[in-house]
Amino acid sequence: MTKIVIVGNGMVSYKLCEKLVEKKAAASITVIGEEPRPAYDRVHLSAYFEDANADKLSMASRDWYSENGIQLVTSEKVSQIDRDNKHVTTHNNSTYSYDYLVLATGSSAFVPPIKGVDKKGVFVYRTIEDLEMMMAYGKKASSAAVLGGGLLGLEAAKAALDMNLKTSVVEFAPRLMPRQLDEVGGELLKSKMEDLGVEILLGKATSQIAGDETMTGMDFTDGTKLDVEMLIISAGIRPRDELGKEAGLTLAERGGFVVNSLMQTNDPTIFAVGECASHENMIYGLVAPGYDMAEVVAEQIAKDNKEYKFEGFDMSTKLKLIGVDVASFGDPFCENVPHSPISIADQQAGVYKRLNISEDGKKLLGGILIGDADDYNMLHQMYINDMALPPHPVDLIAKGSGDGGAAIGVDALPDTAQVCSCENVSKGDICCSIQEDGITDINGIKKATKAGTGCGGCLPMVNNILEDTLKKMGATIRKEICEHFTYTRQELFDLIKVNEIKTFDELLAKYGKGAGCETCKPAVASLLASIWNDLILKEATIQDTNDRFLANIQKGGSYSVVPRIPGGEITPDKLIVIGEVAKEFDLYTKITGGQRIDLFGATLNDLPLIWERLINAGFESGHAYGKSLRTVKSCVGSTWCRFGLHDSVGFAIEIENRYKGLRSPHKLKGGVSGCIRECAEARGKDFGVIATEKGWNLYVGGNGGANPKHAVLLAGDISKEEVISYLDRYLMFYIKTAEPLQRTAPWQEKIEGGIDYLKQVIIEDSLGIGQQLEDDMEVLIANYSCEWKEAINNPKIKKRFAHFSNTDQDDPNQKFKRERGQRFPVAW
Amino acid sequence: MIFENKTIEEVEVWVNAGTVNDFPKDGGSNILYEGEQIAIFNFSTLNKWFATQNLCPHKKQMILSRGMLGTEGETPKVACPYHKKTFSLETGENLNGCEDTIKTYPVKIENDTVFVGYYEIK
Repeated sequence: MTKIVIVGNGMVSYKLCEKLVEKKAAASITVIGEEPRPAYDRVHLSAYFEDANADKLSMASRDWYSENGIQLVTSEKVSQIDRDNKHVTTHNNSTYSYDYLVLATGSSAFVPPIKGVDKKGVFVYRTIEDLEMMMAYGKKASSAAVLGGGLLGLEAAKAALDMNLKTSVVEFAPRLMPRQLDEVGGELLKSKMEDLGVEILLGKATSQIAGDETMTGMDFTDGTKLDVEMLIISAGIRPRDELGKEAGLTLAERGGFVVNSLMQTNDPTIFAVGECASHENMIYGLVAPGYDMAEVVAEQIAKDNKEYKFEGFDMSTKLKLIGVDVASFGDPFCENVPHSPISIADQQAGVYKRLNISEDGKKLLGGILIGDADDYNMLHQMYINDMALPPHPVDLIAKGSGDGGAAIGVDALPDTAQVCSCENVSKGDICCSIQEDGITDINGIKKATKAGTGCGGCLPMVNNILEDTLKKMGATIRKEICEHFTYTRQELFDLIKVNEIKTFDELLAKYGKGAGCETCKPAVASLLASIWNDLILKEATIQDTNDRFLANIQKGGSYSVVPRIPGGEITPDKLIVIGEVAKEFDLYTKITGGQRIDLFGATLNDLPLIWERLINAGFESGHAYGKSLRTVKSCVGSTWCRFGLHDSVGFAIEIENRYKGLRSPHKLKGGVSGCIRECAEARGKDFGVIATEKGWNLYVGGNGGANPKHAVLLAGDISKEEVISYLDRYLMFYIKTAEPLQRTAPWQEKIEGGIDYLKQVIIEDSLGIGQQLEDDMEVLIANYSCEWKEAINNPKIKKRFAHFSNTDQDDPNQKFKRERGQRFPVAW
Repeated sequence: MIFENKTIEEVEVWVNAGTVNDFPKDGGSNILYEGEQIAIFNFSTLNKWFATQNLCPHKKQMILSRGMLGTEGETPKVACPYHKKTFSLETGENLNGCEDTIKTYPVKIENDTVFVGYYEIK
């Protein structure tokens, strides 16, 4: 058996072991690392500051090594290579003999020769041990500076921020990330970092670290100073090549073992991989090229394949720096290359995108993306595969093209396109696993090809390829609910209706498997309610917590209470009742965006008591807790307003009362405005009605939220009766055909034919289901009852509103504080 | 009938937690014992009972008894109402993240009375 000794136990060393195991190399492998733990993920080192959990960073456990017959030696440092006798000696005089030796010693932090770097409070940013020392020191400090504004330096700044230190970044160059970003990009990143509270000092050369034994600040050559208690040095890397000198291995001028394309050093039985290897005078400080080098070595050892060579590596990169997307690919600057740049800079949104286009306008040479790097995968692919550009390349970076680039689809990629650069997986590999091995989901692809298992940045693109390939194979993309039901929501809707199924258990027994879960239970609960509108509390435990307790759960385990105030119209007497109830139960009160009043901080035990009072005063449930109709907001309308054309309040109340309690795939909001000034903001709602001279305009599919959408016109200048009839049809059609938790706007967008198709179905009744939809709606409306009224009148249900089942106490862990004259939960 | 799990040898006292009817079908209730909150689940679809700490380790909220029951493959689990962190009811392990493992307790049913096998946290 061939004896392999690997020196170093970092990410590339681990990857080499993994590849040797995978390729079933007939070798006995020994890994010798000087760090006390098995290989860990250095790329995500700053995550350690968030929770100090070293296991999360771990790449493989000790068990993994032993299970695969690999000898793992930790806390031992190789001190000598004896090439004549082919063995290595460690610092405590153990020797290990080899047939092949692989040097994966990595790099150490480069510490510039500045006076005072040996003072207390100066750290480098490299290993978990560095981090632990830094964290211990950081507890006593209030400020930190990072020397180096490159990639790793900004990572270190994030680490300092996570320690709650006042953080400064000191960079010698006139901009941040000088190797990846141009001036505009660097400037934008700087202002983003400053927004996050990081001070950025550019063009600063450090003359000395001030202080006696312990550092107190930094002095710069321009005469300025920075008072700071600790310094984290992140000024680049230096290959760990000290073993080479004595052993007579050729070293590069700027450090590193010189290797050829087979990763061999000048001794063909000694390889070097990762950051300690110098290939054509280049040190690669990224993981992906290191993995590629590991592949080259593994191929040789396991298969004696000398054809697979390392041929340099594309240094394109995309990452999230302190929450800011930063990416650069190809040649980001094109300093000496004729090119025509296209750029978009939006200071307001903090977005900068630059593309370098070849002079003939046909090819992409490189680019930079900051603030929004959604298009990175597609652009990167266009660059590596030399793909032809669309007629207007600006479309590639213009807003809305995102999600892997709608300007060109994954369809356009050649099979050779490398999709996952960490694991070197091509589009062809992924398509093959789908077409030949019959894989149909993303997890299957991850398992079969490893794509997306490294940094995960390519997953959106892998998903697009999956959907695209399945579609081409004629498979319909089925959005099945979960592992318990292999049906789509729409199919379940029909099954429930046709077979008159009334409970979850019945549906599970007939069409499902297992015992359900937190995905299918609420989805089915919503379907049952949308079809039968029966009391949801009959099946309390399949409801999401808000529906189970008919209130909105808040921090600390208390709930909020929202009585219905249709159209936002309320009498003084009712207002007084709300005030009295809030006072009696010490509830925090706030006006909501939907023109009603939210009462927060109710304990589970108090909920029925509160509702008893509200219901006796004539209130009803506001369904703020349900995926159901929330509010129909209104403006003052023609009754008071000098501009108003019709009675918007009256109509809003009528609509809200019509659809109250209607359960739907997601929440529903409506609005009615009395004129075009649109004070009710009706077009920001799922349905909006706006008065015109001749009647009403009906708009559908709007929402606020993360992706604001204006509702679009379904029908104009129609009567009240027509509004109601079209709304019945629209809402019912949505309820029947949308995905779980899909609001009207995305549903409407995804429907083939969009709003024009909806107009045909709803207004022209092209499917002939108009009357059916209206009848279905009538059933739901007829079955409405106030859930809270039923709850407080049913002692068995009422009893469920208790924190403990063996005592009447409230939760003793629930803590409140007082602020601005009201009660708040303490932060979690 | 005893619903055993790995901790049964450590049981110090069997606490009377109420009658079977105090626990909703396929749902949980919470009891207070010696200042500790214990969530007890009547997983009727599986015909099994489980008990865990009531505290969700994610945001340290006393809430798990109000969670939703389900299975992932063969593993029975509870999903926290706040952020849907799921925990195995058998081992207490977090199934969809890296939260701390929650404490589990054995349960036994005798003549419609529910007992939970209490032991102190070590």
